[in-house]
Formats: sequence, C-alpha cells, structure tokens
Amino acid sequence: MRFQTRTSPHLVPGHSVGGVMRQVLYALVPGTLAMTWFFGWGVLVNVTLAVLFAVGFEALMVALRRRPVIDTLSDSSAVVAGWLFALAIPPLAPFWVLLVGALFAIVVAKHLYGGLGYNPFNPAMVGYVVVLVSFPREISLWPAPQTIFGSDALGLLQTLQISLTGRLPDGLEWDAITRASPLDLMRDSLVAGQTVDEITRNPIFGSFSETGWEWTGNLFLLGGLWLLYRRVITWHIPVSMLLTLATVAGLFWVIDPGQYASPAFHVFSGAAIIGAFFIATDPVSASTTPVGRILYGAGIGLLTFVIRTWGGYPDGVAFAVLLMNMVAPTLDHYTRPRIFGHADDRHG
Amino acid sequence: MHLHRFHGGLELPGHKAESTGRPLLPLGIPHLLHVPLAQHIGAPAVPLCAPGERVLKGQRIAQAEDYIGAHVHAPTSGRVVEIAEHPIPHPSGLSAPCIVLESDGHDQWTDQGLEPWTDWRQRGARELRERVRDAGIVGMGGAAFPTAVKLNPRPGKRIHTLVVNGAECEPYITCDDTLMRQYPEAVLEGVRIVAHLLNAERVLFAVEDNKPAAFQALAAALPEDEREFIQLVSIPSVYPTGGERQLIRVLTGLEVPSSGLPADLGIVCQNPGTLKAVRDAVVRGRPLISRIVTVTGPGVQEPRNVEALIGTPFADLVAAAGGYAPDVNRLVMGGPMMGFAIADDAVPVIKGTNCLLASRPQDTPSPGPLMPCIRCGECTRVCPANLLPQQLYWFAKAGNFDAIQDYGLFDCIECGCCAVVCPSNIPLVQYYRFAKNEIWAREKERQKADLARERFEYRRLRQEQEEAEKAARLARKKAALAKPAPEGEKKAAIEAALERARAKKEAAQAEATETPVDSPDRSDL
Repeated sequence: MRFQTRTSPHLVPGHSVGGVMRQVLYALVPGTLAMTWFFGWGVLVNVTLAVLFAVGFEALMVALRRRPVIDTLSDSSAVVAGWLFALAIPPLAPFWVLLVGALFAIVVAKHLYGGLGYNPFNPAMVGYVVVLVSFPREISLWPAPQTIFGSDALGLLQTLQISLTGRLPDGLEWDAITRASPLDLMRDSLVAGQTVDEITRNPIFGSFSETGWEWTGNLFLLGGLWLLYRRVITWHIPVSMLLTLATVAGLFWVIDPGQYASPAFHVFSGAAIIGAFFIATDPVSASTTPVGRILYGAGIGLLTFVIRTWGGYPDGVAFAVLLMNMVAPTLDHYTRPRIFGHADDRHG
Repeated sequence: MHLHRFHGGLELPGHKAESTGRPLLPLGIPHLLHVPLAQHIGAPAVPLCAPGERVLKGQRIAQAEDYIGAHVHAPTSGRVVEIAEHPIPHPSGLSAPCIVLESDGHDQWTDQGLEPWTDWRQRGARELRERVRDAGIVGMGGAAFPTAVKLNPRPGKRIHTLVVNGAECEPYITCDDTLMRQYPEAVLEGVRIVAHLLNAERVLFAVEDNKPAAFQALAAALPEDEREFIQLVSIPSVYPTGGERQLIRVLTGLEVPSSGLPADLGIVCQNPGTLKAVRDAVVRGRPLISRIVTVTGPGVQEPRNVEALIGTPFADLVAAAGGYAPDVNRLVMGGPMMGFAIADDAVPVIKGTNCLLASRPQDTPSPGPLMPCIRCGECTRVCPANLLPQQLYWFAKAGNFDAIQDYGLFDCIECGCCAVVCPSNIPLVQYYRFAKNEIWAREKERQKADLARERFEYRRLRQEQEEAEKAARLARKKAALAKPAPEGEKKAAIEAALERARAKKEAAQAEATETPVDSPDRSDL
C-alpha cells in the first residue's frame, strides 16, 4: 500500500494567525464598550469606520500585490490595526481623519513594507501619528466624559452626522462639549505654573486620573490580562513597560510631587494601559527575545514618561512605540538567549 | 530526588492507552524477510553470505567492518534469495542493499552462536563490550547508534552514572512501556550488566509519569537492597524529555556541552530496549534479531504492540493490528513529532523501528494556508534547545548560512515543538533541515574545491618547475653554443657534436643540393 509522505511533525498546529488576532479583538471589547459608555457613540462609529477603511485598503493592496485576498483578510490583522487606531482618535473626529490614518497604517506602514510580518513599525501607531501631526485640531477634540445616556450626550445619529460633515449640529459649540484630557490638562497647567496638587483638585479627576479614563483603562487591563491568560501575549512587554513608567514617574514624583504627576496618574492616563497590553505587544514590530522584550517594554515606558513630561505632546505612547520599533532588531541581536549546552551567552 | 527543568517543551496528549490496552503479540515468521545491511548509524555491514546459501537463525550474515557499525544476524533460518537494493524505512525513501531471506519455517538456531554467560559479573568490560558488538546491538530508542561504541567512552572519561531513558516522551509510542511492563527483570538485568561494564556508581532509571504501570512493574522487580544503586525516577511527561540531553538536564541539572557528549559529564544514557537486548545477548547468547514495535494511530483498527523479527514487512505488523482503517493515508515510522512518513508499507522492520503510526486525513488535516511569520515568539517559548526558531527561519529563508549557524542551527534537535505551535503554519523543521543539508553540501563542495585547487596548484607548480628546468636547459645549451666551453670534456663533446652536425650537413647537401639548409641541425645538441 502506498502512502503520502510529509515531513515531521505529523501534528497539526493548534493555533492560527487569524485565531490569535481574533483573541486580541475579543480582548478589546470590554475596554471599547467602557470607552463608548464614557465618551459616546463616536467611539463605536470610529471603530466601525476605521475597521472598514483598514479592511478596504488591505483588500486593495492584497489584490494589487496579487495575493489571495480572502485568505489574507481572514487573518483579521487589518481589523486589529483599524480598531486600535480608532481607539486613539477622538470620538467626534471627522471621518476623513480615519480614512487618512487607515491609509497610512495599512497601505504605507504595512503593505509597502511587505505586508503582515514584514512591517518594522506598528501600523496603527503610524496611522495615528500621521493624523496627530497633520490634523492637531481634529485630534484634540475629546468630549467631556459622561455616560452615553447622560442629558447632554449626543445620539448616534447626531454623532454620525458630525463624523460625516465635520460640523456640529446647530446650537452646539466645540468648546462646550469637548474638554482637555487629563494629560492635556496636567501638561498645560504645569506649564502655566500650577502644582500637581492644585491640578488634581479639579473635579474631573477621580482617584488616579479622570473617572472615565480610569474605567476605560481598567477594562482594557482586564482584556490584557485575558490575553496573558490565553498566552496570546507574554508578560514581558506590558509588565516592563508599566513598571518602568511607574518607577521613573515615581522617582520624579518623590523628588518633587508638586511638579511631577504621581505614578498612578501616569499608568492610568491616556494610552498607557492599552499601549502596554495591545500596542507594544504587537509581535511583528516588537522585540522577540525574552530579554529583548523586557528592554523594549522598558524603553517604551521610559520614553512615554519623557515625552509626556518634557515633550511637545501630552501623551507619548505612540511615539515611544515607534521609536522602540526602530531598536527592536538590534535588541533581538544582542539579547539572544543562552543556547542549551553552551557555557554562556556568546554574544555578551 | 530533586528534578530539574529544561527550557520549553510541550505537554502533548499522550495517546498511549490506545496501544497498551491489548497484550503484546509475538508475530509469526514471514515468508520473505528483507534485512538491510545498514540499520544503524555508521558504515553498512558487509554480507557474509551468498545468494542460494542456507543460513540459520542467529547466524551472522553481515559483518560490520568499521568501528562504528553493527553486525547483522539472520532473524530465522532459511535460504538467501538475493542481496540487492530494496526499499528500506529511511526518510529519503530510497532503496538500500538488503539480504533477502526466504524462511524455511523451521526457525532453526545456529549452533555456532554466542555462548550464554550467566557468570557475566566475572567478565571484564572489554569482553562484555565485544559481546554487545557481536550481538549487533544498536540504540533501540530510534537513533540506532552502535551500542558497543557508546559503551566505550574515550580514554580518560570516567562514567559514574548510567541513565536509563524510559521516558518515551513522544505521543502514541508505547514499545518501551510494554517492554518495561512485560520484562522488568530482564531490563533490570541489562541495567546491571551495563552498569557493571561501565563500572558506574549509580543508575538513574527515568520513566515518565504517564506510565505508572511500567514504573510499578520495575519497582516490584527491583530488590530492596538495590534501590540505592538503581534509582527509579518518575519524571514529568513533557515532550521532549526523552531527548538524551533534556533527560540528563531533568535528572541532574547539568547540560551536556553543545559540542560534547554525555560522557563528558560522566554519564551514559541507554534505552530500556537496548538494555534488554544486552541482557539477552549476554545471559542468553541471543543476537538482536527481533524487537517490540508499537502499531498504533487512528489509521489502524486494533492498535497494539507486537514483537516482530527484523526484516518483517510493515504490512504484516499492520495486519496484526487489525488492518488499516478505511481511509488511512499516512504511515509514519516513529512518533508524530519526529517520525518520518513511509511511502510503502512493504519496507521491513529494522532495529530502530519503535513505532508505526497510521493516520487518516481527518487526523492530520491540511494545516490552513501558510502565513508570514508574525514573530509571536511561541516557538522561542517551546524550544528545548533555547534557540530563536523565528530567527533561524528568517536566516534559512534568506540563505544566510553564516548567521544561522551563529544562531545555533546545529543545536536544533528537530523535535518539532516550534512547528506545532506556529500560528502561521510554517514547517519550521523543514527549513532547518534544508539549511543543515545545504551547509553540509557546501562544506563538501568546499572540501572538493579545496582538493581541486590543491591539485591545480600542484599541477601549476609542477608545470612551472618543468618550464624552469626546460628554460635552464635551454640557457645552458645557448651558453654552450655561444662561447667555447671552458672544460675540456664539455668542449670535446661539443666539438664532437659539431663535427657530427657538419658531417650530417655535408651528407645532406651532397644528397640533395636543391634543399639548402640555413641552420645547423640541432636535433642532437
């Protein structure tokens, strides 16, 4: 009797790239819902639009590159990139901000570098940084957190209308419905000469940061822990990033609590949590050795603090991630694990 | 006993119960046996019989000529039909020389076989090792390295520990499990013989904790007063604990140096099947002519273990296991992680055949489309050699064979863990095999090229020398012609030559005045 011959192993892999990506999507759900609850329908509108744009650009690029479109789309990586990008965009941003961001994320950062697995930079962060530096006004319009069913909350239709036209409905003013995010407030007030203590006495602050941001962060943390539990990500990057951010922030805070915000504020504000668990852990653009991942995470934590404290932007996670993306191959080279049976690391 | 961990590894579903549920079945004698001359690592044995000759069971029919080699014995009595190339179980799928034996059904033992030694404790290491070699014993865990060689550590290497590798970590395989359950006394006797041979101080007998029955059988067969000397150790079932280096790490916490051998740590590792074969060779005077084989997998009807003669076609073993399931499409020799697929079940059982694993399409479905590596690092997490498989893959793909060696390609044991966890369905082990073969091929090419270059350079040197000599000769002649030679002898010779030339010239002129000669004939100068 004749048989087919294949090489070992003769077991079928239990995971797939699509499976991994979908786990990331599930883990994003609670945080995204919390964000929607506090910042309105715009969050869901943004996620939906960005995912549609990202998948559309992905399909276009894959078709242009003459690759199997359906197989490639089924890996869901474009959905993840679009979704993560959308979470960085203010809920009332006009649709074209999302379009431009998705274009740069998928077309430029991903496919021009060779597609999934070959992009040196995190696509979602490239998309975000492009719109951040190109459209500073649109990117700063964060609504004041309230519950989605609050008296002043915008309805879904109103939100869609704002997204599509870029104009507010009659009777509403941008100044009235938007408010500086805690990081913005902290930065601008410190520059204006206020102390941290005075700033955090502002009623928008909850226990560490602003209530809405805190809860959003908590639920992204929950998703992140689930990813750890499911072994989709390893602990190295999130732990080292948050620990470094907290340690460095703590050091300055202990020295001068009037001028530097507390470590808890840093960890629970802005993109720190979602960055640690969902963005910095993008395996393609991150370091891949265990020690390299610790250094990579630590670098992001440190750079985030530096950019937030002395840089030109209120949050620094996106820039920190992109800067560390550049370092990742070098980190990998110098942090190779000691091979079994070798006396010590041959590469110092 | 305090156990250690090695990096990575996988907890795989064992699938052991399928084949251990039925008793060990001794197979009958097949009509035709194909006994390959190379069933081991090392040079093929050289036939000692001729076609048409009648051979007896246990008779040595092929002889190892090299130190690293193993003799081959007739598994039964009968007539040698031919010595020719036939398919053998080998990853290449190629044929190799086999002695084809037609059994006469008498199964008659040779009376010139090995003498049973019940007094082996009185025998020295050299004598016992010679017996192991005479019996054609090789490592029966699958690698089939000649055991006598392994039991002969290099001078200066003192062996203090014998490790018995009863891990059997690959899923589905239960031949060692069966052996330990069925013949615990014989295995332990083999342990004693080899420990005596090596003059080892202690024996660590490791059995994975998914084989409690085997462990119990061994414990029951081990006398109380020997338990200090032979320690039975139950180890966690993690693939690939059965890798020699991984097992030594688990038991002792030590790592065998990458370029070294366990003997460098004073350790020798043996498989229980090998030890049983040693015991049979020493105590009963039996050469290695049969072995236990697991026939299992969802592709056979009644998975079980059989004891088969070397040379029995795989098809007979499958028949003994109830035949194939209707839609079987893959037959593997070895386990699912490191075994290799066989193209045809006519190939024979050899000394290293531990398991036949048959599967259907639904058991090993085609693994989705090949995706790019996303550097998720799962492979790094599970690699028992602590390599960076994703980087090795990258270099293999790019053909960067310097970098891939720098990243430890040759420390890869091809266990398959990385490929099994890869979400992108990348056949990583294939890439590593490709790179290894490519590097070996280049090394050979380089050696060939070196040889050719040496030859060429030698030839050029020779030619230059010849040219130089020729030039020197010419120069001497010219010098001799240009001025009168100082010494009389030489002068006389030249004079004589000139005289001859003149005579010739005159003769030629006299003979044919129409052909003038402008220059003197220098042919004899």
